[in-house]
Amino acid sequence: MRLGLVIDLDTCVGCHACAVACKQWNTSGTTGPLTDYRPYGADPSGVWFNRIRHYEVGEYPNSKTINFPMSCMHCEDADCVTVCPTGASYKRKEDGVVLIDQTKCMGCNYCSWACPYGARELDRESGTMKKCTLCIDRIYDETLAEIDRQPACVITCPAHARFFGDFDDQNSEVSRLVRERDGMQLMPELGYNPTNRYLPPRINTPIPTEDVRRDSLAGKVKEWVNKAVAR
Amino acid sequence: MHPALSVIFFTVVSGAGFGLYSLTAILQLFRLGPAMDRSELLTALITAFVLIVAGLISSTGHLANPKNAWRSFMRVKTSWLSREAVLAVIFFPFGFLYLLGVYLYGAHVPAFFGLMGLIGIVLGFMTVFATGMIYACLKTMRQWNTPLVPANYLLMGLTLGALFHLAIEAYYGANLQFITGVAGTALVMTGVMKGIYYYWIIKTSGPSINTATTFTRATVRLLDVGHTAGTFLTEEFGYQVEAGRLLMLKALVFGFGFILPLILIVAAAASQGAGFLLATLAVLSSLAGKGIERWLFFAEARHVVNLYHGAQHT
Ligand code: SF4
Ligand code: SF4
Repeated sequence: MRLGLVIDLDTCVGCHACAVACKQWNTSGTTGPLTDYRPYGADPSGVWFNRIRHYEVGEYPNSKTINFPMSCMHCEDADCVTVCPTGASYKRKEDGVVLIDQTKCMGCNYCSWACPYGARELDRESGTMKKCTLCIDRIYDETLAEIDRQPACVITCPAHARFFGDFDDQNSEVSRLVRERDGMQLMPELGYNPTNRYLPPRINTPIPTEDVRRDSLAGKVKEWVNKAVAR
Repeated sequence: MHPALSVIFFTVVSGAGFGLYSLTAILQLFRLGPAMDRSELLTALITAFVLIVAGLISSTGHLANPKNAWRSFMRVKTSWLSREAVLAVIFFPFGFLYLLGVYLYGAHVPAFFGLMGLIGIVLGFMTVFATGMIYACLKTMRQWNTPLVPANYLLMGLTLGALFHLAIEAYYGANLQFITGVAGTALVMTGVMKGIYYYWIIKTSGPSINTATTFTRATVRLLDVGHTAGTFLTEEFGYQVEAGRLLMLKALVFGFGFILPLILIVAAAASQGAGFLLATLAVLSSLAGKGIERWLFFAEARHVVNLYHGAQHT
């Protein structure tokens, strides 16, 4: 088995719901809590397994906003595991999930140096490294209904941009999606062979925008009033 | 990369210690240079041990969870950090036996203790090599991912060791001709190697924002990083030095690290009486230069994760 995620860059709307669901589930999960620093201060920060960044691809006016969620790719050739001196980082043989044993980690940061995808974050409170577990405590929980045995991010995504499954199974949804829509790996040249794949945006005709600003006289007055009235 | 002072101190000082130990043992065992007596050898070896131990202790300073530090010996098979830790520890019994031999028999150590000394030399070199490989094996930082890095670590350790050795010989009033030649050669070679390294890292190569996002046929521009304050990633990997300051610091590396010590040791060899003072100044100047060099080694390394935070190349 080779468990992982497929993320559809065409449908992701960048709402950060997956990141929040992940934080909520995992802060009370096997590697939690995921510490928040200065939660009510001026610059609140903290440990997250999943972060979403936003990019503009192409040149205006033919550009597209791409929302880019990233968590651990559960790489096939994971250097984060190779370099770990304590054996705290390991890759499970049975399903390929990369985990950190919190009782063994000495907080040397070495694995985070080795990960190209920024998937590992040190929890300064516990002094140990934390990372995405693919919700290991959820996907194997027999007390949950079959449909709920998926990572929290996948279940919560309102745009259905995330898929979870076994990449070794040719008939699984994730394998089919990668096959049909050319699922891509990030930075394949580094040779980590990440399991997670990204589906590129579908090709469709651009929606014309030249006429958007052309407005009626009444519309223009309304816009001016709206701008002038202090709220 | 964020430069951590504990790691800088560790790599410079332990490297110097291993260099001093190896050089002293080589000179004594192979009868090179002017003969050293018991107290001279003891001073050199004990100084080496003090340097090594001080460095190793400081290296635990960057662990967030030091109570698990003993576990770092567990993964010799795959991890260079683990290999370094194990090698550094195995070095001690051999190094100490050689020290004991010198303590008991002076410069004429029996074969057994000599053999221990030889094994210590090999282990010392291997430890410093492993330190270099900790960085050189990382594919995520192209400024580190080169054989120049372990070579640099070995040469730096050896150069500092030679300067320490020279200062000790000067203290005992020995003839400095031979050791000045050794230290001078080491300084020049290490300086040239560092110059090659600085030249080599100018060229950008490796992953770009395009392969990082899969959009290889279009321009990609960061719109928003998606977080409101610094994160572990930006603090650990986002460190940047401005170009002007970089150049100035590199000038200091060569000035304090290589050129000034070279002048000082030549003056020490020529002077009557002031040899020890000049040699000590050479050691201090070189330590400062190498401290800056190590700081730059970290500060200049650009982790590929920066691509996701707006860098177009690393
Ligand atoms: S994404 Fe990073 S942390 Fe996850 S397996 Fe790959 S190298 Fe390791
Ligand atoms: S921080 Fe922890 S998991 Fe990472 S390399 Fe160090 S000991 Fe291993």
